[in-house]
Amino acid sequence: MNLSNHIPILIIAIPLLAAFLVPLISRINKKATGILTTLALSVSLLLTIVLAVKILTVGPQVYVFGATSPSLTLPSGLKFPIRIMFQIDAMSIFMGLITAVVSFLGATYSLSFTKKYDGVDKYYSLLLLLTVGIFGMEFTGDIFNFFVFLEIASIASVALISFRGVDLGEPAEAGFKYMVVSSVSALMVLFAIGIFYGEYDVLNIAAIASVIKYSQLDKIALGLLMPVLAMKAGAVPMHMWTPDAYSEAPAPITMMLVAASQASLYALFRVVFSLYNISLNTLTVGWIIIIFGLLSMFIGVTMAIIQKDIKRLMAYHAISQTGYMLLGVGVGLAVLANPEALKNYGITAMEGGIFHIMNHAMYKGLLFLTAGALFFRTGTRDLNKMGGLAHYMKYTTIFFIIGAAAIAGLPPFNGFASKLLIYESVYKFNPLLSIIAMVVSILTLASFVKVFHSAFLGPKLPQFKEVKEVPRSMVFAMAVLSCIIIFFGLFPDLIVKNLVHPAVMSLIEQLQYTGTVLGGM
Amino acid sequence: MLGLLETGSGFWSAIIWILLVLVIGNLVIYIRNKGEDSYKKNTEQDKPFISGNPEESKESSHLSASHIYWGFTEALKGYYNPLVKMHTGNINDYSSWIIVITAIILIMVGVSG
Repeated sequence: MNLSNHIPILIIAIPLLAAFLVPLISRINKKATGILTTLALSVSLLLTIVLAVKILTVGPQVYVFGATSPSLTLPSGLKFPIRIMFQIDAMSIFMGLITAVVSFLGATYSLSFTKKYDGVDKYYSLLLLLTVGIFGMEFTGDIFNFFVFLEIASIASVALISFRGVDLGEPAEAGFKYMVVSSVSALMVLFAIGIFYGEYDVLNIAAIASVIKYSQLDKIALGLLMPVLAMKAGAVPMHMWTPDAYSEAPAPITMMLVAASQASLYALFRVVFSLYNISLNTLTVGWIIIIFGLLSMFIGVTMAIIQKDIKRLMAYHAISQTGYMLLGVGVGLAVLANPEALKNYGITAMEGGIFHIMNHAMYKGLLFLTAGALFFRTGTRDLNKMGGLAHYMKYTTIFFIIGAAAIAGLPPFNGFASKLLIYESVYKFNPLLSIIAMVVSILTLASFVKVFHSAFLGPKLPQFKEVKEVPRSMVFAMAVLSCIIIFFGLFPDLIVKNLVHPAVMSLIEQLQYTGTVLGGM
Repeated sequence: MLGLLETGSGFWSAIIWILLVLVIGNLVIYIRNKGEDSYKKNTEQDKPFISGNPEESKESSHLSASHIYWGFTEALKGYYNPLVKMHTGNINDYSSWIIVITAIILIMVGVSG
């Protein structure tokens, strides 16, 4: 048996197995639960890197469950796939890499962060299940299987958002709200899947894409999928769950929730590009995504400026940054049917949007971890009560500066590189959109200057005289993210050329996506 | 060249940018180090100018988050009041927004052909 053929399933199976092992291990040694989780996720990370190298050198990979060979998509005599399969192309593995890095660092950070909490075994089990859900959403090639993984991620998220305690009220309320919006969205996704299955008798995304007619039923399915996936990504005006959930969840979980939201964003892009592609009215749907992007960017950042809770402020910025991704990819979709415009600026706009997904996961993850570090030491998220913390938490201060500069799009950090790609390409599509995006960046900088001044600058405050730097595992997670941000900022060309461009092309080229499963490539 | 990102309209290189910052920064430091002739150390020139008001203690001089950008939010009250009102925190409203946006998208996709 060639084990390398089974890497796609191992990436998910290892954390899934660990999720069920953790409660058993906790009966013997509670401390071992965190170590087991970190180990499982480090193996997943390594396997994801190996798979990424394979995909980027050899091409897309499929993993068919229950088949005699994992690559056997069409058993003899069949014209369409019937088994559940993972279909991992450059875009899927791009997202997979983000998930792998974020989940590993989230677990590492949690080793010290969760010491104050009870029920840590449940925390780690749920963290692993959330990782499994996100990976599954990104890797699956089956639309019903996508729904299953979406539910796994949602249920794990609800419990993790409420993890700080039902007795506290607010975490439970945030978890409840997330549960309701997730249920509404899951039902609408399920309804859309029902439409596809009723119409085409298949659930494989590539198989549906190969026969899709863009009938009235397909339009209804698109009209159901688009808003709920945008909502799960945190797009305005369906974003209101985001500040509640992001602020109440423990900091490493908030970082994971960002990755979960991005998996929904990925699903939205997969639906419009790989499933429908030019069969739909690309200009109309592209503009719908652009408008989501504009609203998210502007309302997100202006709401952030008036926040006093550091995590709530950062949550609104997460919404705002999602707007950039929607804007870049939306422009790409709007010109998808126009080869000249697509070549001139559409592909670059999409590269900017997709690159921003990875950059955002890194710097927003870092910023949430710094907020977690402040909460860990001061016990408050209220910026009005903070001040002078740079005197006591020097590493955290440096990490915050790196994250804040990156999100504000200051050179030479990674946020600048992806935003520059968006500004310059979107300008050719519609200059006003580009100008709004730049204004939002300035407001983002203003907002983080406020956080920096309120929390870190100023004289030493007597109530914080006992405060000291956070433990090493937390510093390690923040340091790794900072290094990634700096590296991506210094060498953006390496990332765009080797990871982002192939990801964009795998979205645009629908025939390659369907051909991987149905042949005829 | 490593680190050179093609943007479609030009290029971006963080390394060149850092080199430029170093050159300009050194120039600024050089000019600053030349000094200001009228400056006298350990005189009232060293004290902050606060219009003759008494200097507050260091602890009470820290400006808290609520006071930052007060003028900005006050000037944009007309924008902020309805926006903040929209964020009710009520789950019924969250769900309503999803339904409303779904309906709008269904209409847009349906009529666009």
